[in-house]
Amino acid sequence: MVKVENLRKVFKKGTIDEKVAVDGISLHCRKGDFITIIGSNGAGKTTLLNLIAGTCFPDEGEVVIDGTRVTHLPEHKRAKYLGRIFQDPLMGTASSMTIEENLSMADLRGQLRTLRWGVTKSRREFYKQVLKELELGLETRLKDSVSLLSGGQRQSLTLLMATLSLPKLLLLDEHTAALDPKTAQKVIELTDKIVREHNLTTIMVTHNMHQAIRYGNRMIMLHEGKIQFDVEGEEKKTLTVDEVVRRFGAELKDEALLG
Amino acid sequence: MILSSFLRTIPISLEQGLAYGLVALGIVISFRILAFPDLTVDGSFTLGASVVARLIMEGAPPIVGILLAIVAGFLAGCCTGLLNTKLKINSLLAGILVMTILYSVNLRIMGRSNIQLLTVNTFLTPLENLHVNRFIPIISFFFVVSVGFKFLSDLFFHTQVGFAMRATGDNEQMIRTLGVDTDKMTVLGLGISNAFVALSGALVAQDQGFSDVGMGIGMIVAGLAAIIIGEALVGKQTVERMTLAAIVGSIIYKFIIAVGLRLGLAPTDLKMATGAMVILALGIPALKKEKEGKLHLRGV
Repeated sequence: MVKVENLRKVFKKGTIDEKVAVDGISLHCRKGDFITIIGSNGAGKTTLLNLIAGTCFPDEGEVVIDGTRVTHLPEHKRAKYLGRIFQDPLMGTASSMTIEENLSMADLRGQLRTLRWGVTKSRREFYKQVLKELELGLETRLKDSVSLLSGGQRQSLTLLMATLSLPKLLLLDEHTAALDPKTAQKVIELTDKIVREHNLTTIMVTHNMHQAIRYGNRMIMLHEGKIQFDVEGEEKKTLTVDEVVRRFGAELKDEALLG
Repeated sequence: MILSSFLRTIPISLEQGLAYGLVALGIVISFRILAFPDLTVDGSFTLGASVVARLIMEGAPPIVGILLAIVAGFLAGCCTGLLNTKLKINSLLAGILVMTILYSVNLRIMGRSNIQLLTVNTFLTPLENLHVNRFIPIISFFFVVSVGFKFLSDLFFHTQVGFAMRATGDNEQMIRTLGVDTDKMTVLGLGISNAFVALSGALVAQDQGFSDVGMGIGMIVAGLAAIIIGEALVGKQTVERMTLAAIVGSIIYKFIIAVGLRLGLAPTDLKMATGAMVILALGIPALKKEKEGKLHLRGV
């Protein structure tokens, strides 16, 4: 489904600040896999997502999505395969545009945009339906500007937009980290619900080990650009935070991970 | 006495405000929708005037001159967009470069520094020859043109492409992850913006009866002043309001200038006064420490 082969990315190559961000990572995801990725700051989590999404390009290695080699395709050309949510709730939506306008843009992910009307009547009904499932009351506010929404509402809308056209791969980049604990919990539960419902192949980067252990069917720990620990299935289900800390405490200096 | 003198400035303010309204409309597209501080405008306004003047002098039908002026303005805007997106030149500098190059281009097109059109037939001549007060047909014409393009813009910005263009100015990263080539949107948007500006130049040249290589100087500042005035009156929450602000603001701006001139403002000080107006409007929010008034601009 999604294959990452021997991916390597070096920043500031040839200078004294040279940093190997991703150091030969290979990762095969099956359809419907929900993979969580943890690791301390600088472990290469976000760079790995950026390489998969095409925000930056690898020095070595390949990225294959659904049989298509996308390694060097620019971001907008691989958009049809990917849905992505960033940490900053402001990054996933256009704040000066309305809720329905934002949804309609996500509706056309990776498709040719024409001079046809942006929001059509039939699609509006569909948007109302999907918004209802968020249970945030947004279905009555289709024409409200997104700038009027709270961070949690915006991130929920972003989640909806990222999954609306059922991408081959959903990338979540610490998407609950900027929200208050209560809202974060709501958004992560919503994420889990949508991912299960549509059986979406998902990679979620998180800073929160409880989250990483609780959600998904596979967990990967990165350290200094390499996969250090890869656990799935039954073994993952019985995994506890204590156990991970006992085994990898030395590498997990980052206290936020345990929070 | 004073009142009647003010009233007499209304028709000329309407005529000029509507004629220059297309410049403000173009600047709304670049500065507001695309968040791109495009300074090409000073050059593309004159470009439109130069193209139409030369072609009319050569005996071409005025409508052909106008259409080619629109095309020339579109291409000039695309150049600025390409310099910024493909050669990664800072957006302000890209605009200044094209504006400067256009100065030479405009001289080349006209073959000299100005062309007078008073003695030849222009697109507006049939309107001027009607046996009514000259202002009536001329103001009606400019009203139809600027309001017409306002509505066309409103329609465009509610299409799929229009949404993508608005999102490019609002949140480039987001719309790129949805599969839109934001470079293309920037180039296209700047093309449309400068096509409007060039059309305005082409019509103004025929209205005032001459084209001059210096007629575009200060156009960007005047346009910004118009937009700021307009937005203060009608707001900028929606696209419809922004485009309306351009037209309304342009008329009010020309009215303020006309009144200022009547009250003794020296024509030579016009650009200084306009500049001061823009500085005040942009600066007051900063002095009040408000965040909202800040211009959101890309590529600077």
